[in-house]
Amino acid sequence: MILLKKLLNIRGFNNATSSIVAIFAGLLFGFIILLVSNPPQAVEGFIIILKGGFSTGGKGMGQVMYFATPLILTGLSVGFAFKTGLFNIGASGQFIMGAFAAVYIGVKWTFIPAPFHWMVALLAAAVVGGLWALIPGLLKAYLNVHEVISTIMMNYIGMYFANFMVKATVYDSRKALSMNVAESAVLPKGGLDKIFYNPIGSSGAVDLSTVNSGFYVALIVAVVMFIVLNKTTFGYELKACGFNQNASKFAGINEKRSVVMSMVIAGALSGLGGGLLYLSGASGRHIKAVDVLAAEGFNGIPVALLGLSNPIGIIFSAIFISYITLGGNYLQTLDFVPEIIDIIIACIIYFSAFALLFRNILPRLLKWRTDAAEIKNEGEDE
Amino acid sequence: MDYVIEMLNITKEFPGIIANDNITLQLKKGEIHALLGENGAGKSTLMSVLFGLYIPEKGLIKKEGQEVKINDPNAANALGIGMVHQHFKLVHNFTVLQNIILGVETTHNGLLRMDAARDKVVALSQRYGLSVDPDALIQDITVGMQQRVEILKMLYRDNEILIFDEPTAVLTPQEIEELMKIMRDLAAEGKSILFITHKLNEIKAVADRCTVLRKGRLVGTIDVATTAKEEMSEMMVGRKVDFAVEKADSIPTEPALEVRELTVGGRHNTKKSVKDVSFTVRKGEIVCIAGIDGNGQSELVYALTGLQPIEKGHIFINGKDVTNYSIRKRNAEGMSHIPEDRHKHGLVLDYSLEENLVLKCYYTPAFQKNGFLKFQKINEYADCLIGKYDIRSGQGAKTITRSMSGGNQQKAIVAREIDLDPEILIAVQPTRGLDVGAIEYIHKQLIAQRDEGKAVLLISLELEEVMNVSDRILVIYEGEIVGELDPKTATFQEIGLYMAGGKRDERSEAI
Repeated sequence: MILLKKLLNIRGFNNATSSIVAIFAGLLFGFIILLVSNPPQAVEGFIIILKGGFSTGGKGMGQVMYFATPLILTGLSVGFAFKTGLFNIGASGQFIMGAFAAVYIGVKWTFIPAPFHWMVALLAAAVVGGLWALIPGLLKAYLNVHEVISTIMMNYIGMYFANFMVKATVYDSRKALSMNVAESAVLPKGGLDKIFYNPIGSSGAVDLSTVNSGFYVALIVAVVMFIVLNKTTFGYELKACGFNQNASKFAGINEKRSVVMSMVIAGALSGLGGGLLYLSGASGRHIKAVDVLAAEGFNGIPVALLGLSNPIGIIFSAIFISYITLGGNYLQTLDFVPEIIDIIIACIIYFSAFALLFRNILPRLLKWRTDAAEIKNEGEDE
Repeated sequence: MDYVIEMLNITKEFPGIIANDNITLQLKKGEIHALLGENGAGKSTLMSVLFGLYIPEKGLIKKEGQEVKINDPNAANALGIGMVHQHFKLVHNFTVLQNIILGVETTHNGLLRMDAARDKVVALSQRYGLSVDPDALIQDITVGMQQRVEILKMLYRDNEILIFDEPTAVLTPQEIEELMKIMRDLAAEGKSILFITHKLNEIKAVADRCTVLRKGRLVGTIDVATTAKEEMSEMMVGRKVDFAVEKADSIPTEPALEVRELTVGGRHNTKKSVKDVSFTVRKGEIVCIAGIDGNGQSELVYALTGLQPIEKGHIFINGKDVTNYSIRKRNAEGMSHIPEDRHKHGLVLDYSLEENLVLKCYYTPAFQKNGFLKFQKINEYADCLIGKYDIRSGQGAKTITRSMSGGNQQKAIVAREIDLDPEILIAVQPTRGLDVGAIEYIHKQLIAQRDEGKAVLLISLELEEVMNVSDRILVIYEGEIVGELDPKTATFQEIGLYMAGGKRDERSEAI
């Protein structure tokens, strides 16, 4: 018990524990819904969810990483903004605008030499995502318009604008999807194709996972964000503004510029996420150009919450949420209505996002327990 | 001896600190009992326990010999315990009467019945000499009157035990005298009063007994009449304290800060908060701006430090026009600022102590290289300041500032601002809410700055501080400098008159 108490005093350990407890709570809640909706297959279904990406072998794990990639970025986007005192609810809009920019350049700008094509496309995705967040940033800094409202509105503007632009420029009307990007704009596999595949028969043919070096990019960006936030004067300024804008101004920090920079960086992260997801060749995702906000953007919120806005934590929480979501897809092999599957997965994800709550409750609960035990012991001594 | 309230062996812990360690306080009926202690000594915690805001880990509370449980302020209220908080809890656009009955409204069929309440309030205010107009809006009456409303609130609820949390901090000398009289009257009527304060003079003036706390522990309870002031302060601080601020005559040299015809707009474009103010602070002198709260001091300081735009006028540091400089550039020219509101402007409360200590110099080559912070250097610097300025905290440089006591938070700000080695130090109420030990310390720091040939501009509401520390006094009234006085010759009454707008110099160009 004393050891546990000591461990709880270490912040990192406490944070990780609370996230894990939150995940368990989420899973438990998901299981209850499984039980209610389809009692006979509940246990079987729960196992499928737990097996998640593993259900389909090497390719499945690759897919987990492929879908985790944009979540890491949108999670970083929301988490970074949160650390600097802003609520970026606009990850969806920034994401889809970045995605469009990447796909447009991927399809149209074939004049760029091969090794640079995808890099330019990714860069454009980040820039456009950043620009999309610049507007709420400026509104917040100079006119005190709350960023929650302006980013939500920018989500819809972004969605409709991206759909319009996709249909006008890079639309494949036969498939009702955006066109495939040029070979040179597809992110290189980066060796991941050697690991994540399922062999087909014995002929040596393989069923390749879509995962590519975008996953590496996401990991590198997460580490960079960690360093920026925790090691640099820039991060020190941004966080100071997030905690106390008045004191930051007092200390001579340009607090308006900091707000704008935070939003732009958050937007660039989301936009980059869009680029990473859609620059993935024929087997990867394409922009559907339908009137639905990108789920990757909103899922950035639970990813950031579960990762407690820590860039390294966000890597793991994004992988977890991608894993669970894929597990949910495989539930269709049983008698579960697709809508119920969505509800179950959403419940697990959002329950898991209560990590913050657990972080606050857990030490208190344990302290209370140990105190009670001590008092009891004292009583016995007397 | 029967006590009306007894707090026996109270222990209250917070993470990393024992705020109250086995403290016993016994309050007799009809006495004025002072609670004295340094900042962070645990006075507020103890009173919060009595008022039901905190639940103690150990100890018990007895009322008239019966053990009672006080789990929230409502329970305290039911036991007849009332509190006047340091910052009043009043609704500003309600009338006095509405504020008094708020929470205990008398109703008939769901409709307010004010008549009985009004009669009771009028009767109470006559009985205790608390003259207020029941129909005046809170925002229109003076701070002293607002305090009377707070006292009436307690009396209206038939409270028998009245807690006053540093009630004199916001009052003018005249108002303080009135309050002292009111407190004596209340005690004479059989009310028991607990009086938290740092000011030994006030304890001497009204209190019967005094309980002294130090670092969360009980030092003792003494009889005020037979104990000397020096003895009390020694009990509180644990060492001898100099009351008279010792300082040599100032030797002012060339001007460090010059202000010329500075005008700052009001909040609603109605009245200017600062009107045409001109003055000079020279190196080697402490100039104090005295005045009652809300007469434009804050706006003047915001304008000087760049936190608020000005309408017209000029500001010079060492002869250089800095009127249009950013805050950082002003700092670089040698302006340091101990702000009025340490939580709003002074500190990033969620940052650690070391991060706060470099808040104004983190970008200098000493603490960063190529945009990366040198944590090792920051930590060493913080430890150095902590040692030099005796900043106490639970976990040293890594302590989250929010968890530190007010006095130590203030010390951290003072350390940061003075260690920047400023040309002109602007200190706004630097000792507000601090105990004698810390006040003495901060005054010494200000005078040391002066003796090193720095200029100090002190903005203070405390007349004693004004008289003791400054070399020149400028009195501000409704945004204008109405008089310049010499602390050696001026009297309290004279300054009080200027502060209240009753007297002004003939358009003194206070230079």
